[in-house]
Amino acid sequence: MIIDNSLIDYVASLSRLKVQESERERLIRDLGNIIGYIEMLNELDVAGVEAMSHAFDVRNVFREDTVEPSMDRELVLQNAPAQKDGCFKVPKAVE
Amino acid sequence: MRYEMIIGLEVHVELSTKTKIFCSCSTEFGGAPNTHCCPVCTGLPGVLPVLNEKVVDYAIRVGIATNCEITQYNKFDRKNYFYPDLPKAYQVSQLYLPICRNGHVDIETENGEKSIGIHEIHMEEDAGKLIHDPHEDVTLCDYNRCGIPLLEIVSEPDFRSADEVIAYLQKLKSIFEYLEISDCKMQEGSMRCDVNLSVRPIGSDKFGTRTETKNLNSFKAIARAIAAEYERQIEAIEDGEEIIQETRRWDDNAGRGYAMRSKENANDYRYFPEPDLPPIEISDKWIERLKAEQPELAHEKRERYQKEYGLPEYDARMITEEKAMADFFEKAVSVCGKPKEVSNWIMGDIFRLLKEKSIEAKQMVLTPENLSKLIGLIDNGKINRNTAKKVLEAIFDENEDCGKYVKDNGLEMVNDEGAVESVIARVLENNPQSVSDYKNGKQKAFGYIVGQCMKELKGKANPATVNELLRKTLG
Amino acid sequence: MEILRLSALELGNKIKKHEIGVREAAQAVLDRIAETDKIYNAYITVFDDALDYADAIQKKIDAGELSSPLAGVPMAIKDNICVMNKKTTCGSKMLENFLPPYNATVVEKLNHAGAVILGKLNMDEFAMGSTCETSYFGAAKNPWDDSRVPGGSSGGSAAAVALNEAYYTLGSDTGGSIRQPCSYCGVTGLKPTYGAVSRYGLVAYASSLDQIGPIGKNAEDIAAVLDVITGKDDRDSTSVSFDSGKASASLTGDIKGLKIGIPREYFGNGLDGDVKESVLNAAKTLRSLGAEIEEFNLPMVDYYIPAYYIIAAAEAGSNLSRYDGIKYGYRSEKFTDLYDLYLESRSEGFGMEVKRRIMLGNFVLSSGYYDAYYKKALQIKALIKKAYDEAFLKYDMILGPTAPTTAPKLGESLSDPLKMYLTDIYTVSVNLTGLPGLVAPCGFGSNGMPIGVQFIGRHFEENRLLNAAYAFQQATDFHNRVKGAAE
Repeated sequence: MIIDNSLIDYVASLSRLKVQESERERLIRDLGNIIGYIEMLNELDVAGVEAMSHAFDVRNVFREDTVEPSMDRELVLQNAPAQKDGCFKVPKAVE
Repeated sequence: MRYEMIIGLEVHVELSTKTKIFCSCSTEFGGAPNTHCCPVCTGLPGVLPVLNEKVVDYAIRVGIATNCEITQYNKFDRKNYFYPDLPKAYQVSQLYLPICRNGHVDIETENGEKSIGIHEIHMEEDAGKLIHDPHEDVTLCDYNRCGIPLLEIVSEPDFRSADEVIAYLQKLKSIFEYLEISDCKMQEGSMRCDVNLSVRPIGSDKFGTRTETKNLNSFKAIARAIAAEYERQIEAIEDGEEIIQETRRWDDNAGRGYAMRSKENANDYRYFPEPDLPPIEISDKWIERLKAEQPELAHEKRERYQKEYGLPEYDARMITEEKAMADFFEKAVSVCGKPKEVSNWIMGDIFRLLKEKSIEAKQMVLTPENLSKLIGLIDNGKINRNTAKKVLEAIFDENEDCGKYVKDNGLEMVNDEGAVESVIARVLENNPQSVSDYKNGKQKAFGYIVGQCMKELKGKANPATVNELLRKTLG
Repeated sequence: MEILRLSALELGNKIKKHEIGVREAAQAVLDRIAETDKIYNAYITVFDDALDYADAIQKKIDAGELSSPLAGVPMAIKDNICVMNKKTTCGSKMLENFLPPYNATVVEKLNHAGAVILGKLNMDEFAMGSTCETSYFGAAKNPWDDSRVPGGSSGGSAAAVALNEAYYTLGSDTGGSIRQPCSYCGVTGLKPTYGAVSRYGLVAYASSLDQIGPIGKNAEDIAAVLDVITGKDDRDSTSVSFDSGKASASLTGDIKGLKIGIPREYFGNGLDGDVKESVLNAAKTLRSLGAEIEEFNLPMVDYYIPAYYIIAAAEAGSNLSRYDGIKYGYRSEKFTDLYDLYLESRSEGFGMEVKRRIMLGNFVLSSGYYDAYYKKALQIKALIKKAYDEAFLKYDMILGPTAPTTAPKLGESLSDPLKMYLTDIYTVSVNLTGLPGLVAPCGFGSNGMPIGVQFIGRHFEENRLLNAAYAFQQATDFHNRVKGAAE
């Protein structure tokens, strides 16, 4: 796997992160090293091994369909960097 | 060259649970912005989801009704994307192991019955609502809708016309309504539909490049959008252009669709298993229980009404179109025991009144008990059919007791022969000319006299009785 | 300053007997913080209403409303655990001013037990780091040598205990974040079984690996804390009921016949000689107490780090997407449109290590790479678990080092992230498999820095680990020397 500029740019935009030109070289080197290292996994034949997303067997954890009070709107919005009319305010998003 | 359209649908239906899918906030529609919110559904740091069991029940029920296989070991996955309506920046959904797969729904087309394949049904959470603020040209985010449970029903690309699409949507709507798990209001967004459409020359077996059209909030808009996109793609192909796989937004006012601006890599959703939710294991017993509890659906009722009550196919279909009407019908039948009579009233006056007042069956206040009573009044000779029609009209809006209405307005039939005879005597006395005409063989005059008697009796006598007594009097 | 030298349980007992007042204890610790924390920076926030709270607890104690042995004992919490309306920063500029409108479940449980929470502790930004140097609020320093790191990410939590700036603390452990700083700072800490302690209110780094746990002066103290914080929580679907009985009641000190396995692979290249010697000496001590010690081969060790970093980064990339400058947290001033708002806020709000892991996570999940990296890592996780399951058929417990070395110097680690990641080799497998792991002080390097030995147990066998550590601490005094730290 070659970590190059276009891959870094793609992954950065997926992550909604900006790559500063001053960081770029180091980022390519560091991510390249890390990804190079984790590719060690390819040595191992895992055919037929079930992927394990949960380390042990908990299943069917449910909640009853009973309404509980919601939070006061003040609290919902207490950390909002910008708000208006009881809503979170962002630059125009509606097309 | 002639082209055919190939359509597949993704239908999102909001479930009418009391609470959201992963928290205990109310799902009620129409609250002030951000008042049905908690740390969980607004995605605060540190919160965790807990699944509402009802959502699983509802999903299984829809799976049963659409002939799906239930995935007995299923899981949630995260779909990652940034948008202000999605506070966690991922939607909890199901990609790898959706709860239902490989089903079908049968629809009726002009060429007979057609089976539409269901690729899968999965559970997921709804996103919030974005409101454009025109004063400042900014967007406002309301998270009340965040976490409302959704089922996404993904069809196979089996549709070949807009009519088929509409028939399918109506069928789905009916299923949800009969299962009582969604109100499927397109205008309010509780049922939403994305149309994947491509075209190909008739006879070809290769699929063309498809586009996805969003923002369709009525059956009419869907039909128009399909027609427009079909034409647009054919024109493009004929002009030698390539169809671009893209997401389009339908503007129903303008009557046209347009491609949505999409930031680069918008479709790389980086799905992975949701670590915060354990898998769901659905036992045979669970499925069996829901099967046993499954209510009769529209097409099943339709068949039964024909078989059991001898209703014509058309009538059975009309009555079962809305669940509220089928319920009304069944209740009335159980009270009065006269299915044909009830059906006639529904097919005639009730449907006419609903249409005039432009309301749906479920908004109707008239009760089946009251209609049954009205039918009883006719049977007992208390009122005649014409009076009954007038009574129904009068009581329809308020469901006033029909017996009381008849009494209060003096509409009961006059069955007392003495009273009728005295009216006859008075009419004959006042119409000597008609009497002599009749006696001279003019049959028409008899009809006139009967009419005059009925008028005097304000229509409240049985015309047969009047006839009989009049003949006796005239000799 | 005798009062500071007490253990949490000793203090709790004196408070119960009214020999020491809650305010007196809290004041002593606050004074200590004022005196030493300028240098060590273990705290990000010290609550200004801590003494009022202490008074309130005293009233409840006097009214006989609190029965916990820890009632009235001052403690502090890692700054990634939400305390209502107290800044919860996660060591990040992104959450510098974030005020959670709710309490984490563990905080509710602590409140219920009458704990006096003094403040929030320093940590690597969003728990990503092994040194506590990625904190936006400056590195915390090692109590034994302020030119060295306290470890990470719960560096503040371990340092505060070693500095007597809290009687016990809570940390979180995603890949060793409780255990490694305990080893570096010479204190005792436990990463419980996944699911034993509710994660509700713990700001997520990697959801399938994160677990909250106690750090204290000895095994008895952390057993008492564990008794307070465990339990199934309706708000955490991955939490499970912890029905192994009270941890504190299981400390008999008897480990006769306990079968302990030592994986040969944990003592190979890369392990510092001093660490190796101390850990093997600890094994000898345990043998002398009646345990049966045996070396064995544990497969898959080489694959721990790759599998761990893929899974942790993938989950982190997703978990940290919510920080977008819209609902809470840092919002950049310089944006022109929505896309920019995301880009600028996140680029300015996150530090380099966090960005690196977010990017790594989004890479391994991105279209075309999922099977090669993420799915493969989940398969390897299954194989690692299998290897442990097989080991636990033969042994009650596995014993090994915690970190390859003692605490490194400040500034030595961040220049080469991969090298830093590799030092997590002995801790990450416990998170991948959900097992409990306990670290207790077992010696000192030739540089004078503490060394911790790690006990790994079967799921929900925390009590056995605590009892082994208790027995070990009855026979040794490494944990007691800690109390003199930084004096």
